[in-house]
Amino acid sequence: MNAIKDSLIITKRQLLQLARVPEVLIFSTIQPVMFVLLFRYVFGGSIETGQPGGYVQLLMPGIFVQTVAFTLAATASGLAEDMKKGLIDRFRSLPISRSALIVGRTLGDSLLNIVVLAVMGMAGYLVGWRPTSGLLKVALAFLFLLFFGYALSWVGIYIGLSARDARVVQNVSFLVTFPLTFLSNAFAPTTGMPRPLQYVAEWNPVSTMVAACRQLFGLENQFGATAGSFPSENPLTMSFIYMGLIMVVFVPLSVKKYKNASN
Amino acid sequence: MKTVIAENLVKTYNKGKVKALDGLSLDVEEGTVLSVLGPNGAGKTTTVRILATLLSPDSGRASVGGIDVIAHPEKVREVIGLSGQYAAVDETLTGWDNLVMFGRLYHLNKNAAVKRADELLEQFSLTESAKRPIKTYSGGMRRRLDLAASLIVKPKVLFLDEPTTGLDPRGRQEMWGVIEDLVKGGVTLLLTTQYLEEADQLADDIIVIDHGKVIAHGTSDALKKEVGGERLEVVVEQSSIPKTLEIVSRVSGNQATLDEGLRRISAPVSTGSMALMEVLRSMDSEGIHALDVGLKRPSLDDVFMSLTGHAAEVEEVTK
Repeated sequence: MNAIKDSLIITKRQLLQLARVPEVLIFSTIQPVMFVLLFRYVFGGSIETGQPGGYVQLLMPGIFVQTVAFTLAATASGLAEDMKKGLIDRFRSLPISRSALIVGRTLGDSLLNIVVLAVMGMAGYLVGWRPTSGLLKVALAFLFLLFFGYALSWVGIYIGLSARDARVVQNVSFLVTFPLTFLSNAFAPTTGMPRPLQYVAEWNPVSTMVAACRQLFGLENQFGATAGSFPSENPLTMSFIYMGLIMVVFVPLSVKKYKNASN
Repeated sequence: MKTVIAENLVKTYNKGKVKALDGLSLDVEEGTVLSVLGPNGAGKTTTVRILATLLSPDSGRASVGGIDVIAHPEKVREVIGLSGQYAAVDETLTGWDNLVMFGRLYHLNKNAAVKRADELLEQFSLTESAKRPIKTYSGGMRRRLDLAASLIVKPKVLFLDEPTTGLDPRGRQEMWGVIEDLVKGGVTLLLTTQYLEEADQLADDIIVIDHGKVIAHGTSDALKKEVGGERLEVVVEQSSIPKTLEIVSRVSGNQATLDEGLRRISAPVSTGSMALMEVLRSMDSEGIHALDVGLKRPSLDDVFMSLTGHAAEVEEVTK
């Protein structure tokens, strides 16, 4: 019971930080909204989709997934910052559950995602995004996105605890998230990629997530999922498998790393 | 009763290449202050981290408040407070936010956490800045808040890792005052420092460590005797040297020495500024003008010189 309470206190600390420095929240929402506008108006005009409602219908699920994938970087750099400041040592010298700090942080970053996704959804609506599947499925899609962000948050914990320097963390996180989000069906059809890359893109968890969200938002066109492979046929199932795998691998790894953390 | 015991602690980094602790032993009697004195890289922080359960030793054993730190770290954490050399508080939050949060993490209920935070802010003269983000605090204020955070549940044993490193003289004085009050309140304290003066001011017992080993152990007085205590130094005009030599020797009780090139006369003294004033008064009545005068306290370097024959080298620990 105390373990949960301790974690929530850490989560509350993050919310307090946002209240004290609201710029953080403002900029973490401005950036994805900017992506929505850039992609919608810069690429949207030149990508032929055959999708009723235009490119923006395919784009929005892609950008949602990309944004929650960046949670990894947010979690990693937040934790690395705590390490640098010696805060981790203080927390570890307290009589609290050992995993409270990292569980609390992953929860806090997910809460931030709720706000960011809501703002992005509204921005998307303003530029023509119209999901056709009904409220329930749309809500399910957002829940799904939050879980994906939560799972990746644990990868961020591992990276944040592993790096020796907070500046390296930023670089490593981007090295992980950029290829992951662009080597996918998020922004452009995978059919235009060289064959080997197509395989990578098809099995990429970001692609399965994007495809699953598109399904949940009521889209037919899977934007490049043509090969008839298992992930492209069953994006929802595959995404669940990926999220499970990420958690099964990275939760114990991160907890172990945290217990032995010493800077 | 020995509240803190460490026996033969060994800790290596980089797969044995860097030996941080090399069989270090120490103990602290209940309600007393032990100062661990040594240069950077001597093993001070490693010792504190092991005792505060943040690090496991490669070998050796340690206990705090009768609890084994390796077997029951979670129980040790309930009786200790730790304040490190970097202020480990959340800088974006206010002082009050921090203390309430740590109080909650010590499982105080909301009201108790708030009450304790207010008490501590008052005790450490931080009430006025309670609602400001820590970012805006001075170095001394940050350290005081950090110390306050380690005192939320009145720990039995307090570890302070270089509490005044990097503070200006005023900040240091304030910190000493705060620590002295705590000691009067009966806490058992282990304090690491690079300053002999600080150890002298605060500690009952001092150990000097170098390369992860204890190289001297004793009270401040015993240690100073070994090192040679304070020296009084006066620089005068050539013509006044014989008379001044006489005065300094009389006050010191030892034959004063003369550095002819610098025209500097010096001798060990045990009464500090009293001796200084006496020398100045005598010189004044003889009409001798002092060009420069001062008391030189033995520094960490002097301690190291006399204990090890080498200067306190600052080792870069590459990790």
